[in-house]
Amino acid sequence: MGLSAVTVLGVDRPGVIAAVTGSLADCGANIQDSTMTLLGGHVAMMLLVSGDLSAEELCKHLCAPELVVTASAVEARRYFGRRPTGLGYVLTVHGPDRPGIISAISAVLASVGGNITGMSTRLTGRLYVLIADVELPEEVDVAGLMRRLATVGSGLESEITFRPVEPDLL
Amino acid sequence: MTWPDGIVRGVLDAPHPLLSARAQQVDPTDPRVVAAAADLLATLRSEPRTAGLAAPQIGLSWRLIAFDAAGHPKGRSWAGELVVVNPRLAEASRWRAGREGCVSIADLTGDVRRATRITVSGSLPDTGDPVTIEADAFEARCIQHQLDHLDGVLFLDRVPGALSLHRRLHRCDA
Repeated sequence: MGLSAVTVLGVDRPGVIAAVTGSLADCGANIQDSTMTLLGGHVAMMLLVSGDLSAEELCKHLCAPELVVTASAVEARRYFGRRPTGLGYVLTVHGPDRPGIISAISAVLASVGGNITGMSTRLTGRLYVLIADVELPEEVDVAGLMRRLATVGSGLESEITFRPVEPDLL
Repeated sequence: MTWPDGIVRGVLDAPHPLLSARAQQVDPTDPRVVAAAADLLATLRSEPRTAGLAAPQIGLSWRLIAFDAAGHPKGRSWAGELVVVNPRLAEASRWRAGREGCVSIADLTGDVRRATRITVSGSLPDTGDPVTIEADAFEARCIQHQLDHLDGVLFLDRVPGALSLHRRLHRCDA
């Protein structure tokens, strides 16, 4: 049984997700991890799908006139079963929209081995908002990182908050 | 108590430096503060879908908030239509996540964890009399949202993760 990474892009309308997931179910594919959002009025969906069909066959099965679909085979063992070992943080950046915000912030995080595990950005009016889930190695000097983020944020005229995740484990 | 007629002021949209700045303590009996309180209330009344405003949102970096949680479907307590000067959060308990928006941030909402029972103390404009408000549910969330504005904090700074930021779908947010 193989694993495929599938992306689906299309104009948002009711029924897109039902159509895609229905096609997958019809061919016996099992959706594992998936995420979906709207980007500027377009539906954007990414899925890891397991099943007997190859990536090429999946792509043919999902093909529809209003959708852009890609599928490629991925190695199952490489991506599953990894437990996060770092510390969880949430990053918020907000300020006037300008090119280079994500690259500047992500470069600071990458320089200390930080891994962005989830990210949403939104533009509304002049306001650009970035929220990211960040995993940091335990040995990172968090206070030093926050000072560097603040410096970069100041250069972007943006406010930055960086705070630990506070899950309620029950 | 005689307040001047308030002037409806424009509400600032983010990004704006005043919305990220810590506001200053003020003398509640200062006539300029009383006038600002009247303006804040007049502006709040002009925004029928908004239950609260903080002075920085109308361009004043002073510690004043106005709120009126009357009639909100998620509301329980109702302290009335109030302006509080130099408000302080004295007690907070029973934390819950809830989705909220802001009149200064068009089109976005976020899931924010806030206390659902709070006690806030401060002063009334003009007389300077001390006031203590015990609020819960929606009113508590609304007041904490306004208190954050006085510290230059937006709800965006409290969103707990990348998937907790949303496009606003309807207008019953805080």
